[in-house]
Amino acid sequence: MAYSDKVVDHYENPRNVGSFDKGAADVGTGMVGAPACGDVMKLQIKVNSETGLIEDARFKTYGCGSAIASSSLVTEWVKGKSLDEAMEIRNSQIAEELALPPVKIHCSILAEDAIKAAVADYRAKSRVEA
Amino acid sequence: MTPHLPIYMDYGATSPCDPRVVDAMIPWLREHFGNPASRSHAYGWEAEAAVERAREQVAALLQADPREIVWTSGATESNNLAIKGAAEFYRSRGDHIVTVKTEHKAVLDTCRELERRGFRVTYLPVQSNGLLDLDRFRDAISEPGTILASVMAVNNEIGVIQDMTALGRLCRERGVVFHVDAAQATGKMALDLTTLPVDLMSLASHKSYGPKGIGALYVRRKPRVRLEAQMHGGGHERGMRSGTLPTHQIVGMGEAFRIAREEMGSELERIRSLQQRLLAGLKGIEEVYINGDLLQRVPHNVNASFNFVEGESLIMGVKGIAVSSGSACTSASLEPSYVLRALGRSDELAHSSLRMTIGRFTTAEEIDTALALLQDRVAKLRELSPLWEMHKDGIDLSTIQWAAH
Repeated sequence: MAYSDKVVDHYENPRNVGSFDKGAADVGTGMVGAPACGDVMKLQIKVNSETGLIEDARFKTYGCGSAIASSSLVTEWVKGKSLDEAMEIRNSQIAEELALPPVKIHCSILAEDAIKAAVADYRAKSRVEA
Repeated sequence: MTPHLPIYMDYGATSPCDPRVVDAMIPWLREHFGNPASRSHAYGWEAEAAVERAREQVAALLQADPREIVWTSGATESNNLAIKGAAEFYRSRGDHIVTVKTEHKAVLDTCRELERRGFRVTYLPVQSNGLLDLDRFRDAISEPGTILASVMAVNNEIGVIQDMTALGRLCRERGVVFHVDAAQATGKMALDLTTLPVDLMSLASHKSYGPKGIGALYVRRKPRVRLEAQMHGGGHERGMRSGTLPTHQIVGMGEAFRIAREEMGSELERIRSLQQRLLAGLKGIEEVYINGDLLQRVPHNVNASFNFVEGESLIMGVKGIAVSSGSACTSASLEPSYVLRALGRSDELAHSSLRMTIGRFTTAEEIDTALALLQDRVAKLRELSPLWEMHKDGIDLSTIQWAAH
């Protein structure tokens, strides 16, 4: 299969790889997918409680090149966004940006789900603390 | 080989034509273009003689009688002709067919088609080493109405060799026709049909350094096996397979099989040492599992699962070597390899496999380059892998409830 230049770029030079402390109050963690399906994405966001903006993001992904690229891309996109703005990122935008072929659309859906899961995790945590 | 091309380690998909094969074929495309079925002039006679010489060369590799060789377009057609042909011919005796879950799709899909036509098919599981359990096989073929069993000699994904002698004997005792798909076996192991109790054997050319588009089916004469033809027309190949014979392809397959017979001994030794070199290098990487029995196996195949690394991303990262993934993620399907699943491999391991198949033109330097590439890329992808991180944190992945998508 031929990959788009952008997928190859993210695969060769993944952005924001790594992990934050999952237990930290300002970190939201989303883990989506399943090994059985061949993709698992972990996306973490670090939120500034005063501004409500996502200051930083990290990811780790087990999956094909398109899955790695999708998650790498969203770590760039969510930075600087509010939680509501991050929730507006759609899989179709990810798929378009990376020129994903139809069989790889599920990778972009997974990346969208990862954002939602990370935001939900952060919100659940801050609610408990508040 | 052109230097910009990746190192070829996908001999299981196809092998390059041996240069001697190409040389042997060319004249039959140029001046000697006659139709081997033309009986009225020298063009036809010489083509027919070439076809018969090739038939002898193919038969010689298997210690068979040349009259037992039927030309086809390849192993897929041979499998179709053998299975459908025997099933239809012996239908009055019964309707039950036995095969194995790890067979090639050319066998499995043919059996599915026969189910559609009213036959009953048993798809036997394999053990975790990829080999058939003889007792289960005996039970399956003992079912009343069993007419045919089909088991491959060498598995295309994991390279394991089934015990054809034992399986064939069990079939003989019960009067069950025994078909063997030997597409991945010729030139890789000794095949002697004077002693092997095999009735039908599918052969490919392009896996053994011959051209694509030609194959053969061995059809035993003693005891005689009968088939219903699947291709009708001019009555070529004693009515079993009509269609003008492609002389150049046939000559190519004959030459490839001649070389295989004469050079297999020394070649196997060399390939075995390359396989050992590859296996030794893989041992240096953590969490690598070799799929399929290590001893009952052709040395050409190394199928390894790199735990916590997804196969397609690994292939993408090792562009310098041409390998294939056991995982079918490259197609529209998200299913991991059905062969690895049949071995009982976990989802992660089934999704993390790489098939490396080596052959006549593989060198030790190529193995070393491939190993260096793999070590580097596996380490990088594990850096990226949340599963690897969890594994390193001591989390047992099998205890986690994943939300399947």
